[in-house]
Amino acid sequence: MNAAPRFEMRGVRKAFGATVALDGVSLAVRPGEVCALVGQNGAGKSTLMAILSGALTPDAGEMRLEGAPYAPRQPLDARRAGVAMIYQELSLAPHLSVSENIVLGVEPVRTGLLGPLGLVRRGAARATASRALEELGRHDIAPDATVGDLSPAQQQLVEIARALASGCRVLVLDEPTSSLAHDDVRKLFELIGRLKRQGQAVVYISHFIEEVKEVSDRFVVLRDGQNAGEGVTAATPAQEIVNLMVGRGVGGLYPRSARRAGEPLLTVDAVSPSEREGFSRASFELHRGEILGIAGLLGAGRTRLLRAIFGLEPVASGRIKLGVFSGAAAPHERWRQGMGMLSEDRGGEGLARGLSVADNLTATRLSGLGPGFLVLPSRQDAAAARWIQRLGIRSAGPRQTVGELSGGNQQKVAVARLLHHDVDVLVLDEPTRGIDVASKAQIYELMDQLVSGSHPKAVLLVSSYLPELLGVCDRIAVMSRGRLGPARPVSEWNEHSLLMEASGARAS
Amino acid sequence: MSRRRFLDESGVLIGLAVVALIFGALIGPQFFRAANVELMARQTVIVCVAALGMTMVIVAGGIDLSVGSIVSLSTVAVALLLRDGVSPLVAALGAIGAGAVCGMVNGLLITQLRVVPFIVTLGTMLLVRGAAKGLADERRVEAPLTWLNDLLRTARDGGHLLPWGIWLTLALAVVVSVTLRYTRFGRHLFAIGSNERTARLCGVRVNLVKLAVYTSSAALAALAGVMEYSKLSVGDPTVAVGLELDVIAAVIIGGGSLLGGRGSVVGTMAGAAIMAVIQIGCSQQGLPNWVQQIVTGTIIVAAVALDRWRAGRP
Repeated sequence: MNAAPRFEMRGVRKAFGATVALDGVSLAVRPGEVCALVGQNGAGKSTLMAILSGALTPDAGEMRLEGAPYAPRQPLDARRAGVAMIYQELSLAPHLSVSENIVLGVEPVRTGLLGPLGLVRRGAARATASRALEELGRHDIAPDATVGDLSPAQQQLVEIARALASGCRVLVLDEPTSSLAHDDVRKLFELIGRLKRQGQAVVYISHFIEEVKEVSDRFVVLRDGQNAGEGVTAATPAQEIVNLMVGRGVGGLYPRSARRAGEPLLTVDAVSPSEREGFSRASFELHRGEILGIAGLLGAGRTRLLRAIFGLEPVASGRIKLGVFSGAAAPHERWRQGMGMLSEDRGGEGLARGLSVADNLTATRLSGLGPGFLVLPSRQDAAAARWIQRLGIRSAGPRQTVGELSGGNQQKVAVARLLHHDVDVLVLDEPTRGIDVASKAQIYELMDQLVSGSHPKAVLLVSSYLPELLGVCDRIAVMSRGRLGPARPVSEWNEHSLLMEASGARAS
Repeated sequence: MSRRRFLDESGVLIGLAVVALIFGALIGPQFFRAANVELMARQTVIVCVAALGMTMVIVAGGIDLSVGSIVSLSTVAVALLLRDGVSPLVAALGAIGAGAVCGMVNGLLITQLRVVPFIVTLGTMLLVRGAAKGLADERRVEAPLTWLNDLLRTARDGGHLLPWGIWLTLALAVVVSVTLRYTRFGRHLFAIGSNERTARLCGVRVNLVKLAVYTSSAALAALAGVMEYSKLSVGDPTVAVGLELDVIAAVIIGGGSLLGGRGSVVGTMAGAAIMAVIQIGCSQQGLPNWVQQIVTGTIIVAAVALDRWRAGRP
């Protein structure tokens, strides 16, 4: 593996105003090599990749592609040079067919007399598409299928096929597994292995150390816009990579004050969001002063269950008792009954990104912010300012638009909404997804404070991150294929047993 | 108020000042004489009243294409009721009630059938227009003269300076503006327009609020229809064709976004005023109608382009 690098970035620097996002970062990847780029949110991974793909121009530094100077001025330059990016959010045209998507922008056109008309040679387009899919070893995707009908995993493949069809030499995968189920992740890894053997240079960006260990040859760690370390993946223990990312030991991330479980606040009795869709009846009790976790794989139905309990989706059967209230209820009633929910989809549902911090934070409880049905902005701002200060939300003030905040601070606004409403039962769906470690630590601490102390509340937590569940919960139940298992004390679980149960390997 | 909102509204107010000054310079100081300003106000008052409702609808991320038809239905309703000997106040309230029913139908179709507002109100635009023509037997409906005909008449003798209809419009503008900014209903409209799913998560009764906003919008359109009747003195089922586009244009020039979550009454009023100044200014300058249309069209596109450009800069 001593070949010359396929591409090389050296001393790359980029500042946005006073904030230095990248401070002399270097990265090199050889052909036939998978290099993992790891680091926390805000470490500079996205900025570095934006520079590589031509979306941003660096302030300083040098880039070379196969030894030749490389300075893309716009994304099209990078694509023409053979640098392809596969982003978290896929960029396909859902109404077009697979082959139309694959040749989009590089359609083979008829030449000769009719050349100027730009007529697409449909046969050639299909052939290009089939060839690309074949290279990926996937004959199960029909070139004529409509992309919108495909699963997320298949769509991702189409996107990779598009990159191959445009003759890419460097392939960047940004959090490619975030929307994939277990099986599809394995298939993706096989595919990456195949691309590697074909001599592609692959950059693999991920939060998940286990994935990095499995798929990459080398890793490069970024921290605060600088290289924090690199090495051969196989020779480095996972813990060491994490330590490089965090810059300190990760112990003490999950505080645990003395908690005492009190009376049940929420009783869910044989509730199913929809038995026709394969949801078994779920039962559990959530007590005051405890955090109950629900583990499970993506698509196990955890979110559906929460949404049914909160009234965002219908309940097909069963009884829900919340405090003194019985029966299903709409969200506005749930808030009034003392239950609040944090959505897993922060940008799409959790927050109105175009509205101010104050508007988002006080949305559920506008009463009391003015006489009668009036809402006084000054009182709204005062209420928001209190939470901004309490949670250390980094913003220009209560009137700043939420969409302008960083992910972690946005999430704190979403959490503050539940605190401002002062609900007794907090339903948190993936509260730490996609936020930086500092904000995560703060949210863990907050959850701990909420369920301890003199007037504890109750937290129902859905998370796909097992260490987090094991760290903060008192009891954990596992949901697998629409079926919720019994809640057991956290001491009876470990990552291995949770995963086994979640994947249905120990169906009982 | 925030810097952002101030900028939003200052932009359109500066635009209004610039347009007025240009015509002032072309035509001379008589352009700003009280009588002329009042003429412009009378010209735009119908658009303004309907635009108050449209502002709320657009803030909530919707659109209402049926307002022009509701205006015509309202003129017909007033005329028919007056002809039947009903008192003018009851006739006006009856017309507003008929409009509100149309709006409620809009709201119910949008929330219950989950059809997008553009399509629903495109349908009811034709439906209501047809109903107005049917009610009126496809003719103008003559009605006795009452005080309703004086709503927009200049009061030379009275001490109230402006016609009653304009005072009423200004009062409604204050009410709608306060509603949008300082009430729970108003904040809920912004929440729905900005992100409907968030609004639902936060316990906003989205369907109820939408029903209310389409009903109010249509009621305001019907009030605009009463004023139109006042101007025409007859019920005319063919009047106000395409008025909804002027109304939407006023909201958009005033900083409203068709994507929802943005818009203000001050902006909308200024937007309507800009169009009125151009209209009156062009005709007093002796410019033909086609010039006026080209200028108005340019202003609409320029206003939105300017807004995008400004939004791109923090």
